[in-house]
Amino acid sequence: MLSMNLVNYSYLIAAVLFILGLKGLTHPRSAVRGNRLAALAMLIATVVTLLSGDFEFKYIIIGIAVGTIIGVVAAMKVKMTSMPEMVGLFNGFGGGASVLVAGAALISAMALAAGHEANTQMKVATVASGIIGSITFFGSYVAFGKLAEFLAVKWKLHLWQKIIKYGFSLAVIAGGIWFGIASGITPYSIGMMASAVLIGLVLWIKNARFPGMDALKIVAAILAVGLGVMVVLNPGNSMLFWTMVGVAGLLGVLLTLSIGGADMPVVIALLNSYSGLAAAATGFVINNNVLIIAGSLVGASGVILTKIMCKAMNRSLVNVLFGVMGPTSDTPDADEVYKTVKSTSADEIAMMLDTAQRVVIVPGYGMAVSQAQHAVRDLANLLESRGVSVEFAIHPVAGRMPGHMNVLLAEANVDYDKLIEMDHINPTMETVDVAIVIGANDVVNPVAKTDPGSPIAGMPIIDVDKARTVVIIKRSLSPGFAGIPNPLFAAEKTLMFFNDGKKAILELIEAIKES
Amino acid sequence: METLVMILTVFVLAIFIGFEIITKVPPTLHTPLMSGSNAISGITIIGAVVLAGEIGNPMLAKTLAMVAVIFATINVVGGFLVTDRMLKMFKKKG
Repeated sequence: MLSMNLVNYSYLIAAVLFILGLKGLTHPRSAVRGNRLAALAMLIATVVTLLSGDFEFKYIIIGIAVGTIIGVVAAMKVKMTSMPEMVGLFNGFGGGASVLVAGAALISAMALAAGHEANTQMKVATVASGIIGSITFFGSYVAFGKLAEFLAVKWKLHLWQKIIKYGFSLAVIAGGIWFGIASGITPYSIGMMASAVLIGLVLWIKNARFPGMDALKIVAAILAVGLGVMVVLNPGNSMLFWTMVGVAGLLGVLLTLSIGGADMPVVIALLNSYSGLAAAATGFVINNNVLIIAGSLVGASGVILTKIMCKAMNRSLVNVLFGVMGPTSDTPDADEVYKTVKSTSADEIAMMLDTAQRVVIVPGYGMAVSQAQHAVRDLANLLESRGVSVEFAIHPVAGRMPGHMNVLLAEANVDYDKLIEMDHINPTMETVDVAIVIGANDVVNPVAKTDPGSPIAGMPIIDVDKARTVVIIKRSLSPGFAGIPNPLFAAEKTLMFFNDGKKAILELIEAIKES
Repeated sequence: METLVMILTVFVLAIFIGFEIITKVPPTLHTPLMSGSNAISGITIIGAVVLAGEIGNPMLAKTLAMVAVIFATINVVGGFLVTDRMLKMFKKKG
């Protein structure tokens, strides 16, 4: 058994390593080492904790073994295009762990502290950890479900999607009712059961929004805080805590369910921040510095990413969480806007690229959906071998999570020096001969700058409209997330290549090779 | 109450360090930053193992804590591994 001093010094080392690890992530060259330093810090903290007392290791070993197997399999199997779902899912597990630790700490404090009550700090922190953790857990599950396209959708689901969707719903309902009955029927256990049933039902429905949803969010938020106060005043009644967790979970579900696809980067970043804050709150529950430090680092990182994402869409966080984005009454009619659309072929684009000197490729979510990143890389290499300068222009909210496009292009071996941020590429867009937009829409819609009444007014865009020629690769003229037509598609200098992203690029490569 | 002041100090200072470091992370690395920091939030694992192993803890607390250990381990192991996978792709090609 290690002395308490040694344990605390080791925690200090772990905390320093976490900070150095994150610092490593500020550059691609040092990032791999940074991540491993953070992992080492985690290992040190865990091992030291295991050696710090007399423990019964049965449950610990089972837990770590099961968790490691699931974690390794998930991390090795996941495709890079599914990374947003995976991060969302892992995030949820972090939040869930915080709730359970707070709940277990409450139960054990009540049992062990027979006589002297837990102090206020621990009670308040338990409440914070329970509420934030539960919002994170259920919110992350919803984010995962929406990204994996099985929650709040009307189309037919694959078998595995059905199993997860209905299995999770039923598990929440059944688990809630079983736990409520097993703990004895009281007004609070009925409240807990009711919130579990509500969560299950809301997750079952095929709509992202329903009447009264916003009101229900507010009621759930007030109830969760109210119950939190009651837990602080009366910590002996652990059912109060679980009712609070249930209501907070309902809030997490409602808050995330109504959020549209293009706002997902904000939500994932926000949930990331919550999972950190939940861990920090757990640190206050058990008086542990390393939890507080690691948790607040993560909390800060999530907050910054959330801010960057909101800024990149020119929307406030409240607007993302509560607002509806969609066409307004004065949105121009799509047929009217698209009267002068010109469709093109691979051969025609190949001819244009033959004389081009500078080409910029603008990827969007469509590139991820059609898994076109490798084909896009081949195209870029082919053009470069012919002396054309090729760059990639990356919009901060392109894709479904911060940095989504960068990861896909890195997977395809595109050098990160070639990925240019929006602010850096925009001033030179005039000198671009051909801009190729793959599966992006709203982030290149010039209406954001010209029409103050449009739902995307003020959102910074990549100025492809300034390039000499614009090629848009898109399956159809269907609108993007904002639901408004894009006049760029019908502009004089724009050519539309209607095709699946990957097929289009492959055809284009063939055409260039033949020319 | 003195411990509270101390750990609050740690909390506030850590948030500042977090802001300082993370503002410097370039957009290219935002996804690995998320998944890496996500793995760090699995630090709850040390709270979980203590509660799962403490002798004399009620059965319910131990069971909950064991599930917490599973969750946190998935978060930690999966998070760091997947980040490592991603970051290796960012290594500069010669």
